[in-house]
Formats: sequence, C-alpha cells, structure tokens
Amino acid sequence: MVNGSADEVDTFIRTLISYRSMDRTKTIEILQLVQHKYGYISRDIVSSISRHLRKPEIEIMGIATFYEQFRFNKPGDHTIKVCEGTACHVKGGAAIGQVLERELDVGHGETTKDGMFSLERVACLGCCALAPVLVMDENIHGQMDTSRLTKLLGKYKKGEVS
Amino acid sequence: MATATNMESKITLLVCQGTGCVSSRSPEIREALEAAVEAHGLSDIVDVNFTGCHGFCEQGPLVVVEPEGIFYAHVKLEDAEEIVKEHLKEGNPVERLFYKDPMTEEAISYYRDIPFYKHQKRIVLRNCGHINPERIEEYLAVDGYKALEKALSEMTPDDVIEEVLRSGLRGRGGAGFPTGMKWRFCRQAKGDPKYLICNADEGDPGAFMDRSTLEGDPHGVLEGMVIAAYAIGASHGYIYVRAEYPLAVSRFRMAMESAKENNFLGDNILGTDFSFDIEVLEGAGAFVCGEETALMISLMGKRGIPRPRPPFPAVSGVWDKPTNINNVKSFASVPVIINRGAEWFSSIGSEKSKGTAVFALTGKIANSGLVEVPMGTPLREIIFNIGGGIPEHKKFKAVQTGGPSGGCLPGEKLDLPANYEALGEAGSIMGSGGMVVMDEDTCVVDIARYFLNFTQAESCGKCTPCRDGTRVMLELLTNITAGRGKEDDIETLKDLAIVIKDSSLCGLGQTAPNPVLTTIRYFRDEYETHIVEKRCPSRACMELVNYEIDGDECIGCTLCAKNCPVDAIAGERKEAHIISRDLCIKCGICHTVCPRKVQAVKKVDSFPQGGEGS
Repeated sequence: MVNGSADEVDTFIRTLISYRSMDRTKTIEILQLVQHKYGYISRDIVSSISRHLRKPEIEIMGIATFYEQFRFNKPGDHTIKVCEGTACHVKGGAAIGQVLERELDVGHGETTKDGMFSLERVACLGCCALAPVLVMDENIHGQMDTSRLTKLLGKYKKGEVS
Repeated sequence: MATATNMESKITLLVCQGTGCVSSRSPEIREALEAAVEAHGLSDIVDVNFTGCHGFCEQGPLVVVEPEGIFYAHVKLEDAEEIVKEHLKEGNPVERLFYKDPMTEEAISYYRDIPFYKHQKRIVLRNCGHINPERIEEYLAVDGYKALEKALSEMTPDDVIEEVLRSGLRGRGGAGFPTGMKWRFCRQAKGDPKYLICNADEGDPGAFMDRSTLEGDPHGVLEGMVIAAYAIGASHGYIYVRAEYPLAVSRFRMAMESAKENNFLGDNILGTDFSFDIEVLEGAGAFVCGEETALMISLMGKRGIPRPRPPFPAVSGVWDKPTNINNVKSFASVPVIINRGAEWFSSIGSEKSKGTAVFALTGKIANSGLVEVPMGTPLREIIFNIGGGIPEHKKFKAVQTGGPSGGCLPGEKLDLPANYEALGEAGSIMGSGGMVVMDEDTCVVDIARYFLNFTQAESCGKCTPCRDGTRVMLELLTNITAGRGKEDDIETLKDLAIVIKDSSLCGLGQTAPNPVLTTIRYFRDEYETHIVEKRCPSRACMELVNYEIDGDECIGCTLCAKNCPVDAIAGERKEAHIISRDLCIKCGICHTVCPRKVQAVKKVDSFPQGGEGS
C-alpha cells in the first residue's frame, strides 16, 4: 500500500486497462484493483480512470461512492474493521467499537494521528459463531472483549506484529 | 460416515478450515498434527487433511478422526501431540477434547451422536466438512460430476428442467420462486447468448450459509451451475460474490480451474457440443445488489440500483439478454436432484416447500452454526434440539428469521413449521436463512432499530418512501430507545411501514419495515414501556440504564476497575467499588467482566427526563 505520484498512478491505470482490455463495464473491477494497490481512491486515480475509460469523473465518483468498499482517504498502516452483523450486535459488538474509538481517539472511517490504525465498520463477515468479531488487516479475531482487544492493540503498537 | 479420504482403512485426521476455524488458527493445528504424525512414524497409516466448514463453528477449531468418527472440539495447538500420541498411537481417544452437551454436560465422542448433527438432514451441505474442497478428486469420489454426466448423456435440456420442476425446488435466496419454472422461462425466451448468474452476494447480517457452502463444497455449486446452463442454453456465466468472502472466492476459482482441466467446464464439456464458462465478480459491498436487477446492473459496472420488472431477467437481463439468476444453495441442490431423482427430493419437506432449508443459527444460542433440516421442521426443534437452547438458563424471547427483511417471532410461534408459507403468515419470511435467537436480555425495540439502521443505510435512494421513510422510522425508533418516545409513535411507525412496503420498487424497501411491524405485533407492550415508563424491560437500551455496583456483593477483585475504558470505577482491592455516573459511558464492560459467581455489577433503570422516578 504505497501512495504513488500522479504519473505513476496514471501509468499503472493505463497499463491495467489496456493490458486486460477493460472497458467501462469493468469500472468496479478497475477501482478494486487500483484500491488494492494504492490503498484508497484518490482524486488522481479518479481523473486517470476517467481519462482512460472516456467516462466523466462524476460517473466514476458516483460508482465509487455507491459501494461501501471504496475509501477516499489514505488508510493507516493497519485497518481495523468492526463487524456490524446481527450476532455481533446481540453479543455486544457495539461496545467493542466504542472502546476502539476511545482507545485510538478516532471515529469510524478515520485514521489515527500517527497513521498507524484506521477504524472501519464492516457488514456481517459471516463468522457469527465467533461474535463479536473484528478484522485486523486480513485476520479475523473472534470472541472479542476489552482485555483481548487491549492485548491485540498492544502487540501492534509494540511492533510485535506487522 | 464415508469420506473420500479413508481409502484402505487408513486413518484420516480432518481439520476444519472454514473461516471460523481458520481464525482460531486451524491451519497451524493442521501443521502441528502433520509434524506429530511424522515424529511418531505414523505417516504410512495416518493422513492429515483439511475440509471446509462443518457448520459447528461454535466448537472450533474442529478435528475429526475418520473412519471412526471421533469428534474433537476446541482443539488447541498444544493438543496436537496428545491427539497423535494418545489416540492414534496408543488407541485412547482424548476424552477432554470431546464435545460436551451444553444441557447435560455429557461428553460425546462420536460425530454421529452429537445432537447438533443427529437431527439434521444435509443435502446442500452434504460434502461440507467431509471432503477437501480444494481437491477435485475428493469431490469425484463422492459421486461428484456424476449428475452432470447423466444430464449431458441421458437427458435433454427439457428433461433437466422437468426434473427440477417436479422436485419442487424453490429459490433458496428467499423469495421461493420455483427454480424449474424460472429455468423454463429463460429457456423459452428469445435471444442469444443467454446468461447464467450465481447470486453469492450474501448480504443479510447474521447469515453465512452461502459462504460456508462455497468454502466447503465449491464443486457442488459449480456442478449445479453447469447443469443449469445446459438446461437453459447459456454459454456464459457469472458468480457474483461478496468481496468480504476472500476464502470463498479463492476456493471457487480453484474449483473452476480443476473443473476445466477435467473438462467439466469450458469448451465442449465432456466431449459434447455444450460449452460454458464462468467469470468471478467480486461485489463491492452494497446490500441492495443481492436484489437480482440491481445485481445485474452492478455486474455491468454501474451503481447497483434496482429497476422495475417486467421485463424479468429471464426475458431481458444482463446486456439485455435472457438471464437466469439463482442462489448458491439452489445450485448446490441441483446435482442431488439429478442424481437421486425428483421423487426423492420432493419426499423431503412439507407440502408446498420441498427439500431442506439451511439456517445460520446465531445469537443467544448454545450451538451456533449452520443447520440444515427438512423444510417444515418446527422452529422449536431447530432452536432447542439442534441449537441446544439458550445458554446460562436464560429465557427465550424471540427468534428473528430472514435478516433485515424478516421478522421477530415470539415464544408462542415456536411450533410453527419453518417453511415459506407458515413464516410468511406470521409476518416474517424464510429469507436466505439467517436465524438469530434472542433471550430475555435482548430488547426487541433495539433489534428493530438495529435492522432499520441497516436497511436505511443500505437503501439505494431510488424510491423516496424507502430512502426517506426508513430514515423517519429510524429516528422514531432511536427516540423510543432513548426514552424520548411519544404516545402516537407506534401508530406513526405502522402508517409509515405500510406506505414504504406498498410503494417501494424492490424487495429491500418492501420488506425493510418487517422487523418493526412484527415486533409491534408481538411485543407492543415493550414499545409502550419504553414510551410511557421510559424504561427498557430488558435493560439493553443504553440510554435507559445505569450501571451500579452492589456494595454488599462486591468482593473488590478490581477486575471492573482494570477493564473500565474511562476509569470511571474507584475502589481499593478487597473493598467495595463504586461507579461514577458522570464518567460512565455505559459500555457495560464492568457488567461483563464481573465474575459470574459475584455479579455485583447491576443494571438499573435510569429513568431519563420525564420518566418515573425522575
């Protein structure tokens, strides 16, 4: 997840679109691939996709903002997603979200000042038997409570996990 | 229980690698088992293999020893050595890792004796947990792709449609439209090419049936899709999977690759002139895309906003061509219907709902997991016999079926058969299979608010009643749960609900008010208590409770003070603690951590402005 210069971003997008002969019907897939590489959808990315697909920027933004998956701010080094599924709700998932907001001093969709963590919400992850659940980067952590949460954050803060 | 791997009396250790077990480190456990088997020189007689989800995620990580059928639950990394040494080498199964029945505390050693499995009938989930989903050989060994061979060599496309029609299979995505009829419309529609879509955009919170099916038996779904494509005459297919399900996506891609190598997919399948290929598309996180017209529009790269029907997808769908779209579980049922015949399938279930239903049983229930039962099985049996009832001897309050589109049913409805008709009459829906159990500590008004919060956020915004109506309903519900409800709020909610249901274009808006309507219908008194007395009878609505420590019961263990995120609890070790109301954010953590034997942290009514005692 490195943020490239506008030129580099443009080259990547041009190559992607021409190499895979993608057209407007693949806008969502292009956005997914670009976000996977750069971590978020920047203004440069939107204008570059718009140029290469010959589709107005506003339409690209319209699509990107419609889908929950796309981010428009630079994410932190680690992304924490709190599951908002029913089972997690019934088993106290909201409290986990609140503790995180307090511990990290950020709201949902924001990144900590030191750029270490971003906090997001995620629709049901489908591992309800482990509720309440959160996802740290790609790893699912189940049966969360405050003490496990503090331990988990501590590990990352101390740099034991990267 | 026969598995594909227990050839020649070899012992096989099956380690579950569904999402739940993976997150509890099951891949490392598998490696540890492999290492232990090697170290004890048992490699010649013991295989270590992995499977998809067993459905009993609550008990994970799971290890099953075949062919005996010994079932180990909650296996930890350090247990690997003991399992191999004690059980495999010495022949003494490790009793402490057996499943314990939550009601009787009895340890049960065999998979087949565990009540959770004993009362199930698994058709869709037939292979989940028994075969390695990443190896086509194992699927072939359990008669995989036999149905496809049969369809292509012995049946015309119309025969296939006829068979599915006679089986009585209805759409497992929730609407329950007869699958065979859908196929026939699409086959008869003019237009070329025709498309086939598998809807794996499982968006209902609290539902994970499609995910587990794809993770545990991707070939089963794939085979069903190829048979359906043959029946309707489709040459190109899509599977639209949620991006939140990476493991399901990768297993399905793997299955496609090996199916191609074996000529079950691609050009001239099994040497016939029938060719069919599939493209995997990852949804980008919009609940409304589970609706078929929205899904198709999203698939074409646009904002997934539903459109009116007709024209139905069967006539004009993707790229304006005839398109057939079915749910994961519908496809997974097809190979079994072709193999065993329509009569066999339709002998299972109830009069108008044939076959089995898969539920994701979660919430306040002892055995969370995936449950597959004949259609029409009473809710009571699912919740109490299979699900093991409510933990900690709490009282059952309600069961929510059908996710945000469904309803909450009270105890007196527990004897209803779980099928499309009965649940519909009670005001809920079968839906795609989410089943969330609530106990006396769950507030139904809060649950209604939770679901409406979800649908309100996911409304695509096309229809005003859905976009703005759900917002107003949510505000009313938020006020009620915060003790600001007014007397006529219930009637306003009902009026709004009816307008939204009647005037929304797609299923999202048409069903969004269901959780509110059913909770008002069955639990009106709870709404009234919130509104009139400003009190939450379940003490779940945060703004209506305070936390207090009972000084006589507190043993001064300091656990609550240590865990309080805002340092609102004061007190010396071995002395009674006290919570500062000014600092308390009511997160409830003190209540959770207070030792069960002590239970000194109490929830009390807070009676905000205007309520009793204020």
